[in-house]
Amino acid sequence: MGTAAIQSSLALSRDGIFVEIARLLERFRAGDAAITSETVIAEDLTMDSLQVMDLMMELEDRFDVSIPLNLVPEIATVGQLADTIYASKAGA
Amino acid sequence: MGLFDRFKTIREVHGAVKACGADPFGVKMDRIVSATEAVIEGRSTILCGSNNYLGLTFDADCVAAAQQATKEFGTGTTGSRIANGSYSCHNALESDLADFYGKQHCMVFTTGYQANLGAISTLVGPGDFVIIDADSHASIYDACKLGSATVIRFRHNDPVDLDKRLQRIANEPGNKLVVVEGIYSMLGDHAPLKEFVAVKKKHGAYLLVDEAHSMGVMGRTGRGLLEQEGVDADIDFVTGTFSKSMGAIGGFLVSDHPDFEILRVACRPYMFTASMPPSLVASVRASLAKLRAHPEMMVRLWRNVDTLYHGLESAGFKLGRQKGPVVAVHINDPALAARAWHGLLEDGVYVNLALPPATPSGTALLRCSICAAHSTEQLQRVIDVISKVGLELGIIADRSVRIAAAE
Repeated sequence: MGTAAIQSSLALSRDGIFVEIARLLERFRAGDAAITSETVIAEDLTMDSLQVMDLMMELEDRFDVSIPLNLVPEIATVGQLADTIYASKAGA
Repeated sequence: MGLFDRFKTIREVHGAVKACGADPFGVKMDRIVSATEAVIEGRSTILCGSNNYLGLTFDADCVAAAQQATKEFGTGTTGSRIANGSYSCHNALESDLADFYGKQHCMVFTTGYQANLGAISTLVGPGDFVIIDADSHASIYDACKLGSATVIRFRHNDPVDLDKRLQRIANEPGNKLVVVEGIYSMLGDHAPLKEFVAVKKKHGAYLLVDEAHSMGVMGRTGRGLLEQEGVDADIDFVTGTFSKSMGAIGGFLVSDHPDFEILRVACRPYMFTASMPPSLVASVRASLAKLRAHPEMMVRLWRNVDTLYHGLESAGFKLGRQKGPVVAVHINDPALAARAWHGLLEDGVYVNLALPPATPSGTALLRCSICAAHSTEQLQRVIDVISKVGLELGIIADRSVRIAAAE
């Protein structure tokens, strides 16, 4: 299996989605704390509200899904974000 | 947790900004001398941040119309259009605007904010989609929160990105409303409207353009960007405000949609607030008549835009990419921007300080807005003061020194 194919199959699994989100969030990590499923996006990372919306846009393109702004207030943790994207991909 | 504890971050940021020496969001204007001049803390100050693009706030005809209407109809309507009735002047203003835009229908709102709030939250509903530019004004974001449509955000001024996002929802059955602005209030750039029209047609979406900052500013007769781009007929809904070029307050929505009139009994920000007072309706009617009779006011405005834009550009400032009546001076460091803003105020020049996250991409801005009534001397003074403060704070380099060194 080539690298692209591995990435593609990873991207479709819930864990693969989580790994990719954690990679994109690396630049917003506060201190040494690792990014886990329980990481609270608005509190444990160094992101303002605009950066959160921009991240959603980036994720929409990365996974080719729509993440409506209406859903954003309900997504508190990185794990919930992965679940939301996984559900969107599964429903697509 | 206390009632206001969640504003801790805002309080800290605001505190840091106020440490520049004054509160940029709490400026007290002692006296307004004219459309371009005020007295602030006893100092005569040039107003270069008031969105008063045509300078009509002290126009003798507009003032007289407001006075006459107050005498005839009173100081306020004391209620909404649906409860207290429409005054003849409300209907007349709606006819004037429909005629000006060449559209069948018009609704007037009490503020421009409410025009966006009402239009966008009501035009689309459950199961529908509203697709907004990432740099949209707060009124557009708030309209999305008030309404029940699914909200999708696309990259600023990017028709290819809009196309991609509409494609993702192409098989969804709901109506799709795309929302863009004529001129964006922070950076002063304008939408690639022809390209957006092509994308909305491709996907069978509706297009709403907010011409708040472009009405009375762009287009041969002042209808805004849609007129300048020649796409009037392709725009489904236009919103705008009377608080910029019209010199008052209030907002509007115009359209050719045959079922438009139902909005008057469905649109909550129209139904459940007091209507525009007669004085303002009258002054806006006078302002609009003045614009239609004297479109050359816009020539003066754009001449002034050239003067300020090129003056600041030559001084070495980094400005917004597109030239227009909003000239945004980019300053990367918010604290430095706050100090510069305060320096300008102390030297008698008022501009707006705009800080992230209200600004795109984390930039701090000294936001200037230009008036047709600014004199060349006033604009030269603004350029001189901004350059002086910019040099003192190291925002720009001393070009005379650099040129001398190169020779």
